[in-house]
Amino acid sequence: MKRRYDVVVIGAGPAGMAAATTLADAGADGLSVLVLDEQAMPGGQIYRSIERPGTGPDVLGDEYADGFDLVRALRAAAVDYVPGAAVWQLSGGNEDAHVPRCEVGVSVDGCAHLIGADAVIIATGAQERPFPIPGWTLPGVMTAGAAQIMLKSSCLAADGAIFAGTGPLLYLVVAQYVKAGVRVRALLDTTPRAQYRGAAWLLPQAWRAGDHLKRGLAYLKQIKAAGVQHVKNVTDLRIDATSDDMKTVTYRTTKTGGTMEAAQVFLHQGVAPNVNLSRAAGLEHAWDAWQHCWMVVTDAWGASSVDGIHVAGDGGRVAGAVAAIAKGRLAALDVLDRLDRIDHATHDRLAAAPQRDIKTELMVRPFLDILFAPPAAFRVPQDDDTVVCRCEEITAGQIRAAVADGCVGPNQLKAFCRAGMGPCQGRQCALTVTEIIATETDRDPHDVGDYRRRPPIKPLRLSELAELHAETGYSEDNH
Amino acid sequence: MNGPGPVSTTDVAIIGGGLHGCSAALQLALRGLNVIVVEKDHVARHASGVNAGGVRRLGRHVAEIPLAQASWEMWQTINDLVDGDCRFEASGQVKVAETEAELDTQRQRVAHLQALGFGHEQIIDRETLHGLLPAVAPHCVGGIHVAGDGHASPFHTTRAFADKARALGVEIREGVRVQHLHRRGTTWTISTSDGVIEAPVLVNCAGAWGADMAAQLGEPVTLSAEAFMLMITARMAPFCGPVVGAAGRSLSFKQFANGTVMVGGGHRGTADPATNRTTVDMTALGESARTAVTIFPIIATATIVRAWAGIEGETPDVLPVIGPSQTEENAFHSFGFCGHGFQLGPVVGRVTADLITKGATDLPLDAFRIDRFGATPAEDAA
Repeated sequence: MKRRYDVVVIGAGPAGMAAATTLADAGADGLSVLVLDEQAMPGGQIYRSIERPGTGPDVLGDEYADGFDLVRALRAAAVDYVPGAAVWQLSGGNEDAHVPRCEVGVSVDGCAHLIGADAVIIATGAQERPFPIPGWTLPGVMTAGAAQIMLKSSCLAADGAIFAGTGPLLYLVVAQYVKAGVRVRALLDTTPRAQYRGAAWLLPQAWRAGDHLKRGLAYLKQIKAAGVQHVKNVTDLRIDATSDDMKTVTYRTTKTGGTMEAAQVFLHQGVAPNVNLSRAAGLEHAWDAWQHCWMVVTDAWGASSVDGIHVAGDGGRVAGAVAAIAKGRLAALDVLDRLDRIDHATHDRLAAAPQRDIKTELMVRPFLDILFAPPAAFRVPQDDDTVVCRCEEITAGQIRAAVADGCVGPNQLKAFCRAGMGPCQGRQCALTVTEIIATETDRDPHDVGDYRRRPPIKPLRLSELAELHAETGYSEDNH
Repeated sequence: MNGPGPVSTTDVAIIGGGLHGCSAALQLALRGLNVIVVEKDHVARHASGVNAGGVRRLGRHVAEIPLAQASWEMWQTINDLVDGDCRFEASGQVKVAETEAELDTQRQRVAHLQALGFGHEQIIDRETLHGLLPAVAPHCVGGIHVAGDGHASPFHTTRAFADKARALGVEIREGVRVQHLHRRGTTWTISTSDGVIEAPVLVNCAGAWGADMAAQLGEPVTLSAEAFMLMITARMAPFCGPVVGAAGRSLSFKQFANGTVMVGGGHRGTADPATNRTTVDMTALGESARTAVTIFPIIATATIVRAWAGIEGETPDVLPVIGPSQTEENAFHSFGFCGHGFQLGPVVGRVTADLITKGATDLPLDAFRIDRFGATPAEDAA
């Protein structure tokens, strides 16, 4: 790893891999590209462990297999690919000609570095939404994403688990468990029936966008064929710990309700952009009323409000892996254009296919956004005793009390009750906090705002920072 | 909300809802005056809410010591004053000497202070130092100790002052920006983003923005906006009671009751007062980390949870501006505390109230006059 690159790509999921390979393939000779990724192997969340999967594509599905080509292309590309890299700071927009436009703070193997770059592409993907219901913090209650990671990386799976929530990923993981021969106790589906009706008019358009719906229906069929109890229209959920590590899940539907027991409960209600890095770098964000989360404000090429920084993939706005690949390519082409490393004809020719892909992919999004919108009651905890900030164990009631006491926004809330001040820095509770305050004060979430993200946004040891010597001047020999 | 808006009348208008503005408001309200505080963001938004929380007399400029001593007296009963919890803990403060030469310089300082009649700073030898700070690095040879110093929670303190002031009838207008100051006869007219305030007395407690207000009174002051950086670690087992500084380097170090450790010490990021935004400079913060690890090797493996910086105003001589305007009648200043104004908050509010209600105060303020920086072009401004 050098101290200075033309372009740094952060993240090696679909968007990051596509961006990096496009930069290497389409960029002029001598273009230096660094790919930093937190995981040990490329693939991101969707293609996690694809080079050494615990379970094969027969279980994980053909969508997973799509990742092979991308990973192979990244491995073959003339880029510096650094796995196990935790990016803890990013800045852009530097106008001083003596220093690079962007600076990336990163830790690799316990050693911190500052890397200069003319351009940075953030491709850090999405994270699962918080699911703040009573008992969601109990041991043995995890996200469906965690259930999938177990399957992808170690072939471990929890027998007899309960899955609850809504969204395509939830059905996919349950189907994967079923295919792996793991018993699933039940699928408690929180998708409101009204949202099926609300989304219906978008169905014809959604059908034309790839095979998402076909795949989704196939998952549901597999789940049904395996005899998994699929409880629909779940409106209330709570989890209580019983003796010997068992959990009791109590639920209600519009008609009835019930309780069931399991050792493991997996919750999921969609994903949202992971905005930690984009926030820390000062990019402009906006509240996305369709997806009930923040999105990064960019142009069609992924260029953000901060000069030198692009965002590609689900880290900017959630649109799935196929769109992420296309956005990664477009961001790379735009970066090359801005750096004068590509001629216009090539640029336009290479942009045509990803632009088409995005257009197609976006046709299914409104349907999915409406159908699988996480219900308000599961985004804003109804029960005051529900923990919102897991690190500092701050409940919804404490947050409401702070608001009643005059707290107007997430940043003030930190001082009022320490919500968002623990080790995760609000990564897990930020959306919930913004929506609680918005609800209590009857304001738009956009106006309520978000936690300021303080560097380092990934754990950094004091000794690492201490060894980060003030080497200024990114000399040409390092280039 | 546009246009001049409604006119409010009050006895004293205070610009700035930080600790100094709220403290002056509280003291004036205790004396029966009506007060309106105008705050462009919200109470404790800037330096008052995010500083290191040091309640420190140790190492102060001689000119500040009488104020700091008087404030320290007030800190002893601070919770009674505000009917709230400022979380003041008299944990003691230590300034560590790493070499015999540093310790010698400290001895000279302490002797000088004693000659002036100030006995709060005490020299401690190696044994006493290592007794007070079992985790301090072996090379440290001694230091200065002030037993009664300690720390408090900046946000809770400032909010407690604001709450008490409100309880006494003070009106604090948050999210309201001062646009223009104008005196007609004996009345100040303060145009804000939400209405006009008329008051016979004006107090400038605008912190890093204080020079903007002073300029409107025709007394320009050079005030640079600084972003003093701090960082905090994940929780560690208790290893350090007192607040610790260093003689030869810039350090502010303390462990909280919850186990987290705050490390700071004057290293600066960049501040943009126009947008309220501060940027942490991790390379510069590396210097703080190096100092902390050298003096407390135990924290080398601690994880940094976050780093931040508050916007603070700094004058050329690194002392605050306190006292009456030299160009205008019935206007007073209390700003530019240069990163060490938190401990002084209680007393400077009291002193400012003295100046307003009695025309004088019992504490020396000459070093803080606004016209000390040289020519104030009063004639030109008039």
